Amino acid sequence: MTEEINIQHLARLARLNLDTEATEHARSDLKNIVTMINAMQAVDTEGITPMAHPLDAAQRLRADVVSEEVDPEKFQAGAPETAQGYYLVPRVVE
Amino acid sequence: MPPFSTLREISSALASGDYSSVEVTQEHLDLIATLDPDTNSFITVDADAAIAQASAADVKRAGRSKAGADAGPLTGVPIAHKDIFCTLGTRTTAGSKMLADFVAPYNATVVDKLSAAGCVTLGKTNMDEFAMGSSNENSYFGAVKNPWDRKTVPGGSSGGSAAAVASGLTPAATGTDTGGSIRQPAAFCGITGLKPTYGRVSRYGMIAFASSLDQGGPLCRDANDAGLLLSAMAGFDPRDSTSANRSDDWLDNVAELGVPEVAPLKIGLPQEYFAKAGTASFLDSIKRELEQLGHTFVDVSLPHTDSAIPCYYVIAGAEASTNLSRYDGVRFGHRCDDPTSLEDLYERSRTEGFGAEVKRRILTGTYALSVGYYDAYYLKAQKIRRLIARDFDNTFASVDVLLTPTTPGTAFQRGALTQDPVAMYQQDLFTVPTSLAGLPAISFPCGFKDGLPLGAQAIAPAFREDLLLGLAAQYQTVTDFHLQRPGD
Repeated sequence: MTEEINIQHLARLARLNLDTEATEHARSDLKNIVTMINAMQAVDTEGITPMAHPLDAAQRLRADVVSEEVDPEKFQAGAPETAQGYYLVPRVVE
Repeated sequence: MPPFSTLREISSALASGDYSSVEVTQEHLDLIATLDPDTNSFITVDADAAIAQASAADVKRAGRSKAGADAGPLTGVPIAHKDIFCTLGTRTTAGSKMLADFVAPYNATVVDKLSAAGCVTLGKTNMDEFAMGSSNENSYFGAVKNPWDRKTVPGGSSGGSAAAVASGLTPAATGTDTGGSIRQPAAFCGITGLKPTYGRVSRYGMIAFASSLDQGGPLCRDANDAGLLLSAMAGFDPRDSTSANRSDDWLDNVAELGVPEVAPLKIGLPQEYFAKAGTASFLDSIKRELEQLGHTFVDVSLPHTDSAIPCYYVIAGAEASTNLSRYDGVRFGHRCDDPTSLEDLYERSRTEGFGAEVKRRILTGTYALSVGYYDAYYLKAQKIRRLIARDFDNTFASVDVLLTPTTPGTAFQRGALTQDPVAMYQQDLFTVPTSLAGLPAISFPCGFKDGLPLGAQAIAPAFREDLLLGLAAQYQTVTDFHLQRPGD
C-alpha cells in the first residue's frame, strides 16, 4: 500500500475534475492521510467481526405498504431543469 | 429579558407573563442583527417567520387557541437550528455552495418536533461544509469567529451553533456530531453540548455525512437546558431506520422534574487520554470538585484509543463519499452552466459545488472503498471499530462513567491548521472513539486557560444520558464556569 496513489483515477471514480495544481495538492494530502490511516494495519484484528452499526442494531424492516405520497411538483421545485415531470440532462443517446 | 438567559428562565418569564415571545424573539433578532455580522454564526435569519411563530406561541400561551391548554415549557422560546437540518420554506445549505439555494420540500423530524414543542426558530447557523471540519473554516459562507477571542476558531462542525449560544444570540441551538462536532465547539466556546446515543435523535431530514455516526443533539448554556432540549428532540421515528424505539421515564419527565440527580458515581479516567501533552493539569480542579460531591475516581485503560482517528477517517470518508454521490446536478443542488454531456454535467457540477475539505474526504473514502483496498481499509476499520466499542464495554463493567478532556487544548488560531489536514484531524482525538462506539457523551465547561474555555467530556453507556446530564448539572451547582461570558 505504499505505491503511488492514482489521483486521476480516484477523481474519475468520484466524478470530480482536478486540474494540475489541484491534483498535486490532492496527491500530497492523500499521501499524508493514507500514511496516517495505515497505522491501522498494526492492530491485530484476527477473528474480529466487522462492526457495521454502532450498538450492533439490525436494520428495522417495515410492512411493504405505501407510506408516503410523492408530490412530483413539490419535489422537483428545486431541480435545476425539469419538463413534464422529468429531470432534464444533456442528450445521452445520439 | 436579561441577556444570556437560559431556556428555563425564558420559559418562566413567558409563563408568568413578564415577557411575550414576540418581545423575547425580537430582542434576540436585534442582537443577531447588531453582533452577528462580525461573528458570522448565522447563515440565514428569517425574522418575519420567527416573529410569526412567536405571535402564534403568544396566542397559545394565552390560551386563545384550541391547543392553549397543551402549551409546553418551550412554547415561544427562541432557538436556532444548525443549517444541516432541513426546514420547509427556509433554505438549508449545509454550509456548501452545492446547496446554497436549496429549499427542502419537508422538515427534518428534529425541526418538526421542536416546532411542535413551541420553539421559535431564529435562523440557521453556520457550519463546516457538510459537517466536515473541526474549526468552522470550511464553510462556503465564511469562517465563524470564537466570541472569546475573535482570532481563534469556535470549533466545528457545529461552530455557528456554539458561537451563537456563547455570544448570547440564542439561548440554545441544535447541532450534529459525527466525530465531535457538538462537543468540540461546545468546549471551545465555553458552553454545554450533548451528543446523544446513536439512534436517540432522528436523522430524518438531517443532511447525511456519515450515516453510521451522525447524531443530532443540543448546544446550551447548561446541562439542565440540554436535558430539556433533548427531551423535545429525541424519540422514535419510523422514518429513520436506525432510530431507537425505547422509552425512558427520566427523559419524559425532564421538563417537569429537571435532569435526574446522580448518586455518587465511580468515574473512570482513561489513561490514554491523559498521556497526551497538556492535558494532565486538566484533572486537578475538576477531580477535586467532583470528589467533594462524593464521586470516586479510578484509572482505566481504553487500549485502542490511538487507532480511533485512522479508523474514523476511513469509515467517515467511505460513508461520506457514498452519501455525497447524490449531488449530481440533476435533481437538486448546484448545476454547472452549459453542460456538454451527462459526464460533464456530473463532474463540473460536483467540482464547482464542493469545497476543498469535502473533496479531500470524498477522495479518501473513494480510495478506501476502491477495488483491492476495501479489505485493507474499510473492513479493517470496521474490525477496529468493534475493538474500540469493546474497550468501552469492558470499562463500563467496573465504572459508571468516564471523564476526559473534550479536546487536546483550547481553541486554536484561525488558519493555524488549514494547510495540514492530518494535524486538523488529530483535534478529534478525544471525541471520535465515543462516536465509533455510538455512545453518549457531554462536554461542559470546567475552567479557563489563557482566557479561553476548557471543556470536560463525560462518557456513559448507551442510552444513559441521564448520568451525563445529572453529573454535569450537579457540577454546575458548585462551579460557575458555565456562567462566564465572553468580554466579562
